[in-house]
Amino acid sequence: MAVFINKDTKVIVQGITGETALFHTKQMLDYGTKIVAGVTPGKGGLEIEGVPVFNTVAEAVAATGATTSVIYVPAPFAADAILEAVDAELELTICITEHIPVLDMVKVKRYMEGKKTRLVGPNCPGVITADECKIGIMPGYIHTKGHVGVVSRSGTLTYEAVHQLTQAGIGQTTAVGIGGDPVNGTNFIDVLEAFNNDPETYAVVMIGEIGGTAEEEAAEWIKANMTKPVVGFIGGQTAPPGKRMGHAGAIISGGKGTAAEKIKAMNAAGIEVAETPSVIGDTLIKVIKEKGLYEKCKTH
Amino acid sequence: MNIHEYQGKEILRKYGVAVPNGKVAFSPDEAVKVAKELGSNVTVVKAQIHAGGRGKAGGVKIAKNLDEVRTYAKELIGKILVTHQTGPEGKEVKRLYIEEGSDIQKEYYLSLVLDRATSRVTMMGSEEGGMDIEEVAESNPEKIFKEVVDPVVGLTGFQARRMAFKMNIPANLVGKAVKLMLGLYQAFIDKDASIVEINPLVITGQGEVLALDAKFNFDANALYRHKDIVELRDFDEEDPKEIEASKYDLSYISLDGNIGCMVNGAGLAMATMDTISYYGGSPANFLDVGGGATAEKVTEAFKIILSDPQVKGIFVNIFGGIMKCNIIAEGVVTAAKEIGLAVPLVVRLEGTNVELGKEILNASGLNIVAADSMADGAQKIVGLVG
Repeated sequence: MAVFINKDTKVIVQGITGETALFHTKQMLDYGTKIVAGVTPGKGGLEIEGVPVFNTVAEAVAATGATTSVIYVPAPFAADAILEAVDAELELTICITEHIPVLDMVKVKRYMEGKKTRLVGPNCPGVITADECKIGIMPGYIHTKGHVGVVSRSGTLTYEAVHQLTQAGIGQTTAVGIGGDPVNGTNFIDVLEAFNNDPETYAVVMIGEIGGTAEEEAAEWIKANMTKPVVGFIGGQTAPPGKRMGHAGAIISGGKGTAAEKIKAMNAAGIEVAETPSVIGDTLIKVIKEKGLYEKCKTH
Repeated sequence: MNIHEYQGKEILRKYGVAVPNGKVAFSPDEAVKVAKELGSNVTVVKAQIHAGGRGKAGGVKIAKNLDEVRTYAKELIGKILVTHQTGPEGKEVKRLYIEEGSDIQKEYYLSLVLDRATSRVTMMGSEEGGMDIEEVAESNPEKIFKEVVDPVVGLTGFQARRMAFKMNIPANLVGKAVKLMLGLYQAFIDKDASIVEINPLVITGQGEVLALDAKFNFDANALYRHKDIVELRDFDEEDPKEIEASKYDLSYISLDGNIGCMVNGAGLAMATMDTISYYGGSPANFLDVGGGATAEKVTEAFKIILSDPQVKGIFVNIFGGIMKCNIIAEGVVTAAKEIGLAVPLVVRLEGTNVELGKEILNASGLNIVAADSMADGAQKIVGLVG
């Protein structure tokens, strides 16, 4: 089990002929991901790393039966790439691309209403189910198969948390980077719900950051619904108000979206929040020991 | 990206949003010249800086004649204006907006923002204009009205009417208010704004509905398709290091401390700042080199950090995913060799191509302190800076 993707997931790489996409297509293939097709308009008929390239997503789906795509298309064209994936009725599309204009994403979200496709991202590291399927840009070697789910707004902080877990002998089911943009697809609650329903996942690490109220909403949901322990971390505790910290979504404005408020909401929902990013792993271990889950979660 | 009030009003005029007549002035002489052309009984002299709260800070003056225009213009040009949004260091006034006075009957609040919760553009309006809207939101949230816009049809006439009536705009002026709102929405969408705020929106004794202020913020990710907006950028309003960083697509924010940080990923960059602070240090900057950085970009990032005289040590914290550790290492080595490295440097590398990266650093002959983890690196740099 695990969530969203597994060893049987058939994947299309949208924008496969770009430099970044080429590098990561190779990395994903090496990890064992079933990349069955690539799409670059005008490059149909080519073959890259043994993967056939098509002009459109619909053609790629028809020829290969793929259910999932990953998007490396440059920002000015990325929103259109998401629309194409939705139109082709993929189950899942994961958009790695950063710097997509937010009003483009407003239209994408509207278009997706009532459609079957799940979007993860944009501006995210992707999704990985350890030892089965890696879709995105995360370094594969830090992940180990196990029983902890990871969900995060930040790519590199996800790696940090996963790395700590692996080093401590705690494997993961799936790590999901939901991305740092103000308008994105899958949110914390969607992923938490999936982890809650996944019998293989025993505990969850949730990593948020300043800006917006997604963490507060997730905390409410956890309090009402979550049957598994959750530990958290919030990045940007020392960020000054009014300054946009890289991510389009990471800004404290009008006194809203501070780390202190988020940590308060999470604590109130029974979520233990790590004081520094370096102790995310230790905090999870402390909590699963308290819940008697440590032995079940330990992978070696 | 922010622009000045006078630039915002230029955009609004093009979209049929009524604004008082006025023009920018860079000197007292120009200010008087503009006031003469306007020929109004009362002239408003407004300091142009990229921050709100100008009125309270003494940046807006009412002149009753041309002599007063000159006096106020002299007083304001070159003045350091400290408002609740500028920080204690304030901002120097270099431009003035000279505007005809309006016979204000009542002040309202109107804005368009992107609402993250609904993923839609939302119009907000209130009868409580002219004040700090955050305070109204805090004390009287029921006095702020919202209209959520469906991007398929845009802001509709009925939504604008409903808003105008809720805001208690006099019935005979609702038509004008609706026209203003629709123009404002079109400007927001056409220019990829992330905020447009009119505070105050006013009705006048002559029965006009006017935007008396205009605060625009634009989506940095969409500037590539708005050359006209990019031209409005005022470099005087920005930190020189941030300007330099933006040339290389680096996300850099100046802070007050003395430990320079170079990190990949915004979340990790924030967490690195947090960790440095946790161990008693103080970060000099936020810097996310991004995913697709080249060795050249990394070199420039390093130079920008070193150009800050406050920097007494540097912490490079990289967890490579899309960013490869060898690229970071090459950039660091090139920059350090090019400009010399007079301060301690702690490097923590992990992730994609980590072994290649470590080899490059080891072979460089530079005095680099290696760290095993973020916490280890933060403690080491805090210790070295002292």
